[in-house]
Amino acid sequence: MDQAPGNAPVPYMERTRIYYRALGYENDYVWAHFDDVPFARLAKPLARATVALITTADPPDRSSRDARGRRHVWSGEVAAPPATFDTDRAWDREATHTDDRETFLPIDATRKAVAKGVIGKLAAHFHGAATDYSHRKTLEEDAPELLQRLRKDEVDAALLTAL
Amino acid sequence: MSLVSRVLEAAGIPTVVIGSARDIVEHCGVARFWFSDFPLGNPCGHPWDRDMQAATIEGALKLLETATGPRTTVRSPFEWKPDPGWRERYNRVRPEDREKLLAIGDARRAKRGQAPRKGAPGIS
Repeated sequence: MDQAPGNAPVPYMERTRIYYRALGYENDYVWAHFDDVPFARLAKPLARATVALITTADPPDRSSRDARGRRHVWSGEVAAPPATFDTDRAWDREATHTDDRETFLPIDATRKAVAKGVIGKLAAHFHGAATDYSHRKTLEEDAPELLQRLRKDEVDAALLTAL
Repeated sequence: MSLVSRVLEAAGIPTVVIGSARDIVEHCGVARFWFSDFPLGNPCGHPWDRDMQAATIEGALKLLETATGPRTTVRSPFEWKPDPGWRERYNRVRPEDREKLLAIGDARRAKRGQAPRKGAPGIS
């Protein structure tokens, strides 16, 4: 059964399985799992690295969705991000809100790290990852598209912030 | 997001995932994970708390240099606000909500054109 005593992290996989069973779904969602984990090292000192931001939020006009409602990769300029975002994801609506962009797309906080000399530069564009239920779509379509966009900005590393 | 991280890492771009669903991220396996033990929605710090957000991002960025191998998880030193109930409340299923939740599921299946539940009202 679902256990989250005291300060133990919330068991989201178990909690979600129970919730969707309660909604009447018979098949449990299968979360991605791998035994091997790729690991890249920085090719230059962090203080000289260009870092890109990737979030799971969508643009406010939902322009990242196609006619069928499927989400696609989108990008914006860090110098001119949208004033608001579509954050229609599975975040905790009872405990918090997503009115502060910096909690899921930390442009200003990363700029502070640049000013302190922690990193060299913030990449010119941030990106929206179209994470959906389909592992195949993420692995074969969206992530390669993000990779291409990062390379265009000559990015050395990326911060991925999931709502 | 963990899947995106894997593809970028395999292509030579180091990443840090900043998130709050520790079990899901670690089940997938990523190179570097900054774990904010907060309700889902604000992985980079409390809303409007600029000092916490700056410290969070600086800590996560430093992982790019200090992590020595994959599956490196660092727990953020910050705690959620005084609200002991948030862990229990998220997607909770109480016996008294059973019918309400089934109705939500039935409406969702109808809206998405999915097969109706066996035993749903009007389904024999």
